[in-house]
Amino acid sequence: MDLLDFARGPALYFALAVFALGTLWRLLGILLLPWGLIRSPAREGSPSPFSSALKGIVVKLWPHKEFMAGGFFTFINGYIFHLGLAIVVFLFVPHILFIKNLFGISWPGLPSNVIYAVGVITAVSLIAAIANRMTSPVLRLISRVDDYISWVMTFLPVLTGLLAVSHLGARYETLIALHILSVAAFFVWFPFGKLMHAFLFVFSRAMTGVRFGHRGAQL
Amino acid sequence: MSDRQTVGDILAQRGVSRRAILKYAAWLASAMALPPSASKAIAQSLAAARRQSVVWLSFQECTGCTESLTRSFSPSLEEMIFNLISLDYHETLMAVSGHAAEEARLKAMEENKGKYVVVVDGSVPLKDDGVYSANAGKTNLQTLQETAKDALAIISVGTCAAYGGIPGARPNPTGAVSVGEIIKDKPVINIPGCPPIAEAIAGTVAYLVTFGKVPDLDHLGRPKAFFGDTIHDRCYRRPFYDKGLFAKSFDDEGARNGWCLYEVGCKGPVTYNACATLKWNGGVSFPIQSGHGCIGCSEPHFWDKGSFYQPLSTAMPGMGAGIAAGAAAGVALGAGAAWLARRRQVAYSQQTSKKEGA
Repeated sequence: MDLLDFARGPALYFALAVFALGTLWRLLGILLLPWGLIRSPAREGSPSPFSSALKGIVVKLWPHKEFMAGGFFTFINGYIFHLGLAIVVFLFVPHILFIKNLFGISWPGLPSNVIYAVGVITAVSLIAAIANRMTSPVLRLISRVDDYISWVMTFLPVLTGLLAVSHLGARYETLIALHILSVAAFFVWFPFGKLMHAFLFVFSRAMTGVRFGHRGAQL
Repeated sequence: MSDRQTVGDILAQRGVSRRAILKYAAWLASAMALPPSASKAIAQSLAAARRQSVVWLSFQECTGCTESLTRSFSPSLEEMIFNLISLDYHETLMAVSGHAAEEARLKAMEENKGKYVVVVDGSVPLKDDGVYSANAGKTNLQTLQETAKDALAIISVGTCAAYGGIPGARPNPTGAVSVGEIIKDKPVINIPGCPPIAEAIAGTVAYLVTFGKVPDLDHLGRPKAFFGDTIHDRCYRRPFYDKGLFAKSFDDEGARNGWCLYEVGCKGPVTYNACATLKWNGGVSFPIQSGHGCIGCSEPHFWDKGSFYQPLSTAMPGMGAGIAAGAAAGVALGAGAAWLARRRQVAYSQQTSKKEGA
């Protein structure tokens, strides 16, 4: 069994099994907890919990103007690499075929050259994000090992994907095997680190919205 | 035909002009990515060289490799290669049989000790003392070891000889192995393919005759001149891959428009061979040009890498059960964790109520 067969076979099977196990464990462990734990009466005239939850999700997509001055770069850069990752992951045809193989659904993709350009922008944006984290005293203070591991697990698939497409550094089959292995590492780490925010951000923002709405606070 | 005659003498006798030799030398230099100045040196070396003694051994194979060479649509090339070499033993092509054939092999080995080239097509069975393929009372393993002992080099022609091929595919009932797994003390050149391209076989033999040395090989023992690039990188359909235009089945509009065959399982991106440049049948076509994706036949274990029609970026088949088991375990753990949390919560509430009551 060569490296590519190992990556496409046992490594990917293991990673996806761990991903399914860990993600469902964490999601169900949270979602099956009792709902409606706020025992105090809601403030008079406060919106319904559902609309507060929706508002919490939507409003928090963009920062308050008073936070923009200090956090402008973080927000803009965050959007760049998140959108970049979404485009590269979900609109590159070989990735769509991977998803189709798993779930049986597919959609049209973008030309490879467009994906390559978006991939380069995403990689640069991710490097800027880690540079900002390491040079900003506040960010450095609140950063934990999890933050750095999550960054590495996100950056490696982007880097190896770009190297594979450009045929840089090794033979294509080696690079594509390393790319798949890096994705496998991403899947394994995903449920247990901060990458889980891809699922949890919806619920945490919704809960923030509900709590704020309950107290009649402005979001 | 005297063995002392040079290739040049023989070609002259057959009416092959010096110009034809120069054209062949230029083709060889071009095919093997040698500098243009090498073509003159090749022509001179070829003309002055003695015909290379070649012993061709056929083991567990389908004769497709020999067919590829002899049914080539390049009669001039085919003639050229048979003029370059003295094919002293080839079970499929030789007229004699039985003891006379074996004597021809032993005679060629004795007379050209240390100088003859062994060409092997087919894998070598090792299981049960190699009984699954034998001739003249000897197993393939015995014949190979005996013949390779005094050889200059061994050329493994076809994926079976180079990497075990189809006989070596799971479950490999005969314990088939490649020539390179047996012969460790001689240079082994692999020219894989199912079958290999005739020009790659001929070019490699010609290089060996001309320069008396093994050409540059990659890590899988293949001449870099013919196996240096992937099919994908040299494919005329590559622009469609870059544009994101793919055939989704073999009879859709994309297939009719000649778009990239990646989605229908083409293994061109991880297959190193010269199909897209040298092509087949004298440069007429190659599988992708004929509408079928590359099956990766010049790569080791190509038969065991999943379906030919499964896209390369998908996981190998057989992972559904593992993911389902992981998901089931995740649901159980999540539900269990939530249940424990609820119990703790109830216990805490009861404790708090008691304290408040007291």
